[in-house]
Amino acid sequence: MNASRPVLPVAGALAAIGIWWGATAVFGIRPLFLPAPPDVVAAFRAQPGYLLCETGATLLETVTGFGLAVLLGLLIAVTLTASRTLERAALPVLVALNSVPKVAVAPLLVVWLGFGPRPKVVLVLLICVFPIVVATMAGLTSTPSELGELSRSLSASAWQTYVKIRLPWALPQVFTGLKVAVSLAVIGAVVAEISNPSGGLGAVVVLSGMSFDTPLAFAAIVLLALLSTALFYLVVAVERLLVPWARAIAG
Amino acid sequence: MIGLDRVSRTFPTRDGEVTALSDIDLRVDKHEFVAVIGRSGCGKSTLLRLMAGLLAPTSGTVTVDGAPVRRPRADVVLMHQLPALLPWRTALGNVMLPVEIRRLPRADHRVKAAELLDAVGLTGFHHRHPYELSGGMQQRVALCRALIQQPRVLLMDEPFSALDALTREELATQLQAMHMSAPATTVFVTHSIAEAVLLADRVVVLSTRPGRVRQVLDIALPRPRSFGHSAHVAEAAGYVAELHDLLLHD
Ligand SMILES: Nc1ncnc2c1ncn2[C@@H]1O[C@H](COP(=O)(O)OP(=O)(O)O)[C@@H](O)[C@H]1O
Ligand SMILES: [Mg+2]
Repeated sequence: MNASRPVLPVAGALAAIGIWWGATAVFGIRPLFLPAPPDVVAAFRAQPGYLLCETGATLLETVTGFGLAVLLGLLIAVTLTASRTLERAALPVLVALNSVPKVAVAPLLVVWLGFGPRPKVVLVLLICVFPIVVATMAGLTSTPSELGELSRSLSASAWQTYVKIRLPWALPQVFTGLKVAVSLAVIGAVVAEISNPSGGLGAVVVLSGMSFDTPLAFAAIVLLALLSTALFYLVVAVERLLVPWARAIAG
Repeated sequence: MIGLDRVSRTFPTRDGEVTALSDIDLRVDKHEFVAVIGRSGCGKSTLLRLMAGLLAPTSGTVTVDGAPVRRPRADVVLMHQLPALLPWRTALGNVMLPVEIRRLPRADHRVKAAELLDAVGLTGFHHRHPYELSGGMQQRVALCRALIQQPRVLLMDEPFSALDALTREELATQLQAMHMSAPATTVFVTHSIAEAVLLADRVVVLSTRPGRVRQVLDIALPRPRSFGHSAHVAEAAGYVAELHDLLLHD
C-alpha cells in the first residue's frame, strides 16, 4: 500500500502521456492542432529562459495573492466568529460574494489597478479568500460540545479557550480551505494574465495562440499544471507537518 | 459537603418544558462515594452539571461546603462520559491541560502527571496521542486529567460506559483502590448496578420523568470489594437484586 502510493500516480501520468502521443501519431494530427509530447519538449528547449522567467512571474503573483488571502481570510474568519450575531449577519453576505464569478472582475481590476502585477495579485486574492474564510469559520464553530464544557469547567478564559481548543480544533478544516484555495490560485493568476497579457504564462498562451505556435502554448500549459500541482502538494506537506493528527482521526 | 435542597431543573424545548429533575434533596458527606443509577434520560447528567456549576437550578439550591454553587469551582471536577481529549496533545499533554489553564506550577505537576499515568497503567504511553490509544486508555487519561486537579469533589458521568465489560471491571477496581488510598468525595453516575454495588457507600436510585430520588440504599459491605468471589458474595447479590427490582419496576 505505502510502497505503491507514489508509483500509481506516476504510472497514471505516463499512461496519459502515452495515449496523447499515440493519438497524435496514429491519427496523424498536425502539431498546429495537437502537438505531440516531443514537439512540446522542443518548444520548451527552444527558449527555456523565457518560459522559466514567465513561470516565475506567474508563481510570484500566485504566491503573493495566496499568501495575502491566507492572512486576510484567517483575520476575517477570526473576527466574524468572535460573536454569534456577527457570524449570522456575515454568513449570507459571504455566500453571496462567493457566488460572484470573480473571473468576470478581471477586466475591471485592470481599469482600477493598471497593467502591472497588482490586478493579477488582487484577482488571486479575491478567488482564494472565500474558501479560506468559509472553511476557517466552519472549523472555528465546530468545537464539540464536550470540549466546550471542558473549558468551561476549567474556568478557562475566552482567550485560553480560543488558543488551546478552538483554534487547533479548526486547523484541519482550515487546511481543507487552503487546499481548495491553492487549486484556484493558479487559475486566478492565469485568468488575470489572459485578460491583461503583459506577462506570465497566461500571456505566453495568448501570444503563442495569436502566432499559431501551439507547441509553445502547450509548453506553457504544462508548466502551469506542474506549478499548480507543486503548490498543492506544498500545502499538503505543510498540513502533514502541522496537523499530523487530523488524518489519523479522520481515518 | 454537597447539598441539594428541593432542586428542580426544567429545559425549554420546542414542545414545551421538559422537567429533567424535580424536587431533589440529597446530601453527600465528605469522602463519601455515592453512586447514582437510573434509566437514560432520567436526569443523571443534569444532576452532575448542577453540582459542577455548569448549570443553574430552576428552583432550589445546590451548595458545596455550605456555599451556593454559581460557577465551576476549582475543587469540584467533572469527568465527562466521553474522554473529551484534545487530539493534538499527547496523553501527558492532555493531563497537563488543567495545569496550564489554571496557571499552576508546571514542573511539579509534570512529575505528578507522569506518576498518575503510571498509576493507571499507562507507563510507556505518556507521549502517545489519543488516536493511538484504546477507548479504555483514553478514559484513563481523562481520569488522570481530573485527578491532577486534586479535586475535593469528583463527579463522574458514566465514565466507563463506552468500554467493554472487562475493561470496565478493571477500571472500576482501580478507582476503588484510588478512593481507598486518597478518598475524594465522589458522585458516580452509572448504568451498571454491579459497578454501583462495587464502589458506593450509598446508591441513589432516580425515577424517570421527572427525575426524582426514588430510593437511597446503603451498601454495607467491607472494602476492598470485588466483582468475583469474596466472603460477601451473597450480600452483594442481595443488593444487586434489590437495585434491579427498584429500576425495573419504575
Ligand atoms: N440542554 C438541554 N436542553 C433540553 N433538554 C435537555 C437538556 N439537557 C437535558 N435535557 C433533557 O433532560 C432530560 C434528562 O437528561 P440527562 O440529564 O442528560 O439524562 P441522563 O444523563 O440521565 O441520561 C432528558 O429528557 C433530556 O432530553
Ligand atoms: Mg447522561
